[in-house]
Amino acid sequence: MEIEIHVIHYLVISTVMMFCGVYGFFTRKNLLALLISVELMLNATNINFAVFNRYLFPGQLEGHFFSLFGIAIAAAETAVAIAIIINVYRNVKHILTDDITDLKG
Amino acid sequence: MDYTILILALPLLSFLVLALAGMKMPHRVAGAIGTLSLGAVAVLSYLTAFSYFTAERTAEGTYPTLTPWNIDWLPFTQQLHIDMGIMLDPISVMMLIVISTVSLMVHIYSFGYMKGEKGFQRYYAFLSLFTFSMLGLVVATNIFQMYVFWELVGVSSYLLIGFYYTKPEAILASKKAFIVTRFADLGFLIGILIYGYYMQTFTFTPSEEQLMKAGMVLPWALGLMFVGGAGKSAMFPLHIWLPDAMEGPTPVSALIHAATMVVAGVYLVARMFPLFIGFAPSVLHWVAYIGAFTAFYAASVACAQSDIKRVLAFSTISQIGFMMVALGVCTSMNPHEGGLGYMAGMFHLFTHAMFKALLFLGAGCIIHAVHSNEMETMGGLHKYMPITHITFLIACLAIAGIPPFSGFFSKDEILTACFQFSPVIGWVMTIIAGMTAFYMFRLYYCIFWGKENKELHAAHVPHESPLNMTFPLMFLAAVTLIAGFIPFGHFVSANGESYDIHLDIQVAATSIVVALIAIGLATWMYAREKQPVAEMLARRYSGLHRAAYKRFYMDEVWMFVTKRIIFRCISTPLAWFDRHVIDQFMNFMAWCTQAFGVTVQPAQSGRIQTYTMWFLGGIILLTLVLLLF
Repeated sequence: MEIEIHVIHYLVISTVMMFCGVYGFFTRKNLLALLISVELMLNATNINFAVFNRYLFPGQLEGHFFSLFGIAIAAAETAVAIAIIINVYRNVKHILTDDITDLKG
Repeated sequence: MDYTILILALPLLSFLVLALAGMKMPHRVAGAIGTLSLGAVAVLSYLTAFSYFTAERTAEGTYPTLTPWNIDWLPFTQQLHIDMGIMLDPISVMMLIVISTVSLMVHIYSFGYMKGEKGFQRYYAFLSLFTFSMLGLVVATNIFQMYVFWELVGVSSYLLIGFYYTKPEAILASKKAFIVTRFADLGFLIGILIYGYYMQTFTFTPSEEQLMKAGMVLPWALGLMFVGGAGKSAMFPLHIWLPDAMEGPTPVSALIHAATMVVAGVYLVARMFPLFIGFAPSVLHWVAYIGAFTAFYAASVACAQSDIKRVLAFSTISQIGFMMVALGVCTSMNPHEGGLGYMAGMFHLFTHAMFKALLFLGAGCIIHAVHSNEMETMGGLHKYMPITHITFLIACLAIAGIPPFSGFFSKDEILTACFQFSPVIGWVMTIIAGMTAFYMFRLYYCIFWGKENKELHAAHVPHESPLNMTFPLMFLAAVTLIAGFIPFGHFVSANGESYDIHLDIQVAATSIVVALIAIGLATWMYAREKQPVAEMLARRYSGLHRAAYKRFYMDEVWMFVTKRIIFRCISTPLAWFDRHVIDQFMNFMAWCTQAFGVTVQPAQSGRIQTYTMWFLGGIILLTLVLLLF
């Protein structure tokens, strides 16, 4: 039998991804894991953009463009974040968020 | 008369050059710069005076008031603005001559007197600054410009009194002079503000309309201005700074504290004279009473001082009192009917500047020779210092009022004016004139004759000063000899019209007799080696003598008033209130802020995940709020 894929299916997946990301961001202590969580959240939104564009406004391209922008930004952000993490590691010899509190008030 | 701007510009320029580059120059060069610029100023002043007084008179028979230069310096409203400029009228031109002459003589004299002193260049820089400010004061086109330069002379006086800044007495004296005059200037400033507010102008000639409208506040404004003038001119009880100001170098005392700056108060009253006569004659008479009391007080103190510069300082105070009296006894603008005092006061200002500068410079020569101010180190100096002796004698005769020396003529005019006003004040002033003759000849005999301090003079033989110090003495002595014959009333009089000075035989004879008696008394008491009469009097009236020596405890009274009353009863509680109420309230505010800060500080933990938790919570809350409402 052929299952028709609706908007709702995509949204379920993106929601799951989003909250995986949120959960990961709050619970993990490793900066790299935090970065991965952020990527998950970003990609969940990208999926939403693409899906809404595809199903609700088929003739237009804005949503797709935003997805592409999101991907580009994610790439740049990853590069910067990795650089920061490397520097943090050089300074304190680990990358666990609990112990990196030097900039508190 | 465009060149008059140079009269102000040259001393300022010389001050700037000497102040900025003076320390790199040798003494001789620095002194030459100051003296040459002053020489040029003196020449220009004489030129100005010559062309001003030889020019045509106006139809009313007065010399026109010229404003060769004026700029709108600080505009407030259409009518009210502060200008900077040069105004020439008979009294300002007369003052130009006085200031430039005395200042030039002091510049020349200082070459010898200050030779080899540390800070010689600084000294000349300050002299230039002072001359600039004093000239700016007298040519002021408006009362506010006068005030600005008034403060500038105060500053230069402060700097020069404190010239020997390593000496504690000099520092104290300079501070005292500055604070006392500044305190009086507060009155001056308030007077100016009242004047400016009601007259809608700062010039000396308000419009008729404003005068009609607000003439009744003028007595207050003028009275407050006189407070400033009394501070600068050392009127009782604000005179206390002047005797201490003698800590400065002696030529400075001659220039600032005898001839020019201290008469600024007299000049101020003369400047506002038409307004005084027109709207505040009672204030003017108060000026006379204060002047008369000051003259008497200072003359009696001068009789008992032992420091020669202090005697001269009190004599200056007394003579300024004479000038104030002369202005104060005027009742009209007409020199023939009650306006004579104006001319007399200005004339006395002129002659006094010359012979008092001469006395101070002579005292400088004496101090230079014996290295002390005290009379006991002197005596018998006529053998060693003939030029100083003769010139000093001329000045003493002038101040005592013996013809044909200049002081006689001006003092006689003052006494005539006093007798016209009231016989009481006339006789009082005559007696004070006699006291003047007495203490001046006491001073003269104690320095040049009397008891000689032979031990000291044998150890260090006093010598006559070099030519650059004696030349100014001779020059000023010559001026003192001839100044009385200047037809002064022709140039300066209350309403500006030409006035022929004529001696009132009765007044002149009385004053000469009184002066001769006083001189005779001084000769009898002090001229000889042994002075039994003076010692006996000092012993018998030891309380009075001591009180006069201590200046009737005026300094102690002031100390009591300031320290015990003002400091203890007003300042200390105010300081307590400030420290314990106002400051504590501010501290409490700061403490509250800090306590709040400390409470919320842990929220900024540095843990990124805690922050995002709050962030998420906030977003959820906002979403709920937006959804529900």
